[in-house]
Amino acid sequence: METRAQNQSLAAEFDRRNMDWYMDKLVQVLVFMGGISAIVFIIGIFAFVTMEGAGFLFDGFSFREFFLSEYWEPSDEDDPEYGILALIAGTASVTGLAMVVAIPFSLGAAIFIGEFATGRTREFLKVLVELLAAIPSVVWGFIGLSIMNPLIIELFDVPVGLTVLNAGIILGLMAAPIMTSIAEDALKAVPDRYREAAEALGATRWEVIFKTVIPAAKNGLLGAVLLGVGRGFGETMAVLMATGHSVNIPGSLFDSVRALTATIAAELGETAVGSEHYQVLFTIGIFLFVITFIINLTADLIVRGVKNQ
Amino acid sequence: MVTMATAQSIPESPASDSESTGASEPRRLSETTPAKLAVKDLTISYAGTPALSDVSLDVREHEIFGIIGPANAGKTSFLKCLNLMNTFTAGMEVEGQILFNGLDTHRLKNVYALRSRIGVVFPLPVGLPLTIYENVALSPRLRGVKNKADLDVVVERCLTRAALWDEVKDRLNSLGSLLSGGQQQRLTIARALSQEPELLMLDEFSIAVDPVTTMRIEEVLMELRSEMTIILVTNLVQQARRLADRTAFFLEGKCVEIGETGALFEGNVQDQRTSDYIEGKFG
Repeated sequence: METRAQNQSLAAEFDRRNMDWYMDKLVQVLVFMGGISAIVFIIGIFAFVTMEGAGFLFDGFSFREFFLSEYWEPSDEDDPEYGILALIAGTASVTGLAMVVAIPFSLGAAIFIGEFATGRTREFLKVLVELLAAIPSVVWGFIGLSIMNPLIIELFDVPVGLTVLNAGIILGLMAAPIMTSIAEDALKAVPDRYREAAEALGATRWEVIFKTVIPAAKNGLLGAVLLGVGRGFGETMAVLMATGHSVNIPGSLFDSVRALTATIAAELGETAVGSEHYQVLFTIGIFLFVITFIINLTADLIVRGVKNQ
Repeated sequence: MVTMATAQSIPESPASDSESTGASEPRRLSETTPAKLAVKDLTISYAGTPALSDVSLDVREHEIFGIIGPANAGKTSFLKCLNLMNTFTAGMEVEGQILFNGLDTHRLKNVYALRSRIGVVFPLPVGLPLTIYENVALSPRLRGVKNKADLDVVVERCLTRAALWDEVKDRLNSLGSLLSGGQQQRLTIARALSQEPELLMLDEFSIAVDPVTTMRIEEVLMELRSEMTIILVTNLVQQARRLADRTAFFLEGKCVEIGETGALFEGNVQDQRTSDYIEGKFG
C-alpha cells in the first residue's frame, strides 16, 4: 500500500515541470539565439550590401572595366569610370608589405613568449601584446601621418612620406599583435612530450623549436598569417591616413596608393544615396566581403585541421 | 655472455630464471666492468618537497638495471636528472652527484652532448609529428649526417631492431604520430636507438603497449644489452624479473634495496618491504 502511494507521488513529481525546468529551457533558447545571431548578422549584412550595390552590379557592371581598368574617376560628370585595379593593387601592395613586416615580428615574438619566456616575463609580455592589439587603428594612422611621414621623407629623401612603405609598416605593426597571439596559441597547443622527446635526443632549444615544434604547429601558424592578411585587407582608417590616398598602381615602395577600404570610407559620405557612384562603392564592399570571407574561412579551416590531427 | 642472456627466453618459470641468468653471470660482470653511471647521495625535491632522497647506486656497463616500485616512489624523477632533463621542470631541485662514465654531469658545459648519448623511452609513446622516416632520422641529422643513403641505412637498421620495420617499410613517409600505440612505442625505441646511445633508459615503456608487443620489445632489449647499458623502470615486477640483471626497489622517495634480481626474487632480501612488494602484498 505504502509503496503504491510512494509511486504515485513519484509519478506526480515526474510530471511536474518546475521553475528549474523552465529556467533551463529559457537559457537554452537565449543561448541558441546568441549562437545563430552571428549567422543572421552575416547573412543580413551581405544581403544589405548586395542590395545597395545591386543596381550597378546587375546593370552597368562590366567585369573588364571594374577589375581591369586602372582608372578610378567616379566624379567625371560626362563619363565616369569605375576601375578598381589600382585600388586592388594599393590594398595588395600594402598588405603584402605588412606581412613582410609582421611575419618575422609576430613569429619571433610568439616563439619567445611561447618557448623561452617563463613565469612573470611571459605573463607580462602576453598582456602587453594584447594591449598592443587593442590600440585603435586611428592612432596607428596618426603615427603614420605624423611620425613615419617626416621620418621617411628625411631618411630616403623623397617628396612624400605617405606611401606604400609607410602604410605597410604601420599595418604590419598593427597586425603583428593578433598574429603573435594566435601563433603563440598554436605553439602552446604542441604537447610538451614532443619537446621532451626531442630534448632527450640531444637537440638544442633551437633545434627542438625548428625541427619539432614548428612542424607540429605549422597549420596554426599559417592560420595566424592568413588572419593577418585578412586584417590587412579589411583595415581602413590607418591605411587611409598613411597611404597618401592617391589612385596609383605602385611602381615602388615610395609611391602613394589608395586602398579599397579607404576609398569607400572617404567617398561614401559624398555620394548621393542610390546614385551609380554609391552603388559602385557598395560593389567594392561586396568584393571586400567575399575576399575577407574566403581568407578567414581558409584560415579557420587550416586552424581546425590542426585540432583534428 | 650475451648469447646466453638472449637464449633465456622462457621467463615464466622461476626455475629456469634462477638457473640461466640470475646469479652467476652478472655477478662476474660486476667485478670486471666499471660503473657506467654512478649516483651518489642524490636528492630530488619539487619546490622544497622531497621526491627522492639520498640515493646512491652504480649502474654497470652492459647490464639491464631494473627499478621497481609503486607510484610516487621517485622513479621517473630519478631518470629525469640522469640526462639533465630536470632543468625544464620548474621548481625541481637536484642535489648530489651523478657520474656518467666517471664524469660529473653537473659540471659539463654541453648538456646536449650528454643527452645525445642517452636514449630515453617514455611511458606514453611519443611519435613526433614527423614522418616515420624523419622520426628515426632526426637524431642522426642533428649529429650532422646529411647523406640520404647513410640515413636510409640507419633508419632501416633501427626500425628493424625495434621490430617495426616489416610493419612500416611501405609507408615510411606517413606521419609517425598516426601509428598505433604499440607501433609508436617501437618507433620511439627505434628513435632512441638511432642515437646509438651508450645508455638506454626506459620509463614504464609497456604502459600503453599490448602484451604481445611488450614481449617483442623485451626480446629486443635482451639483444641490445650487448651494445649498451639499460636502465629499465617498470611497474611490472615480473618484467624486472625477466629482464633485469640487478634490481633496485624504490619506495616513497627512498631506495630501499638494490640486489641481484635472481636473489631478490628468491626472497633473499634485506628489507621485508621489498619481498612484500615483489610478492604483491602492496603497491
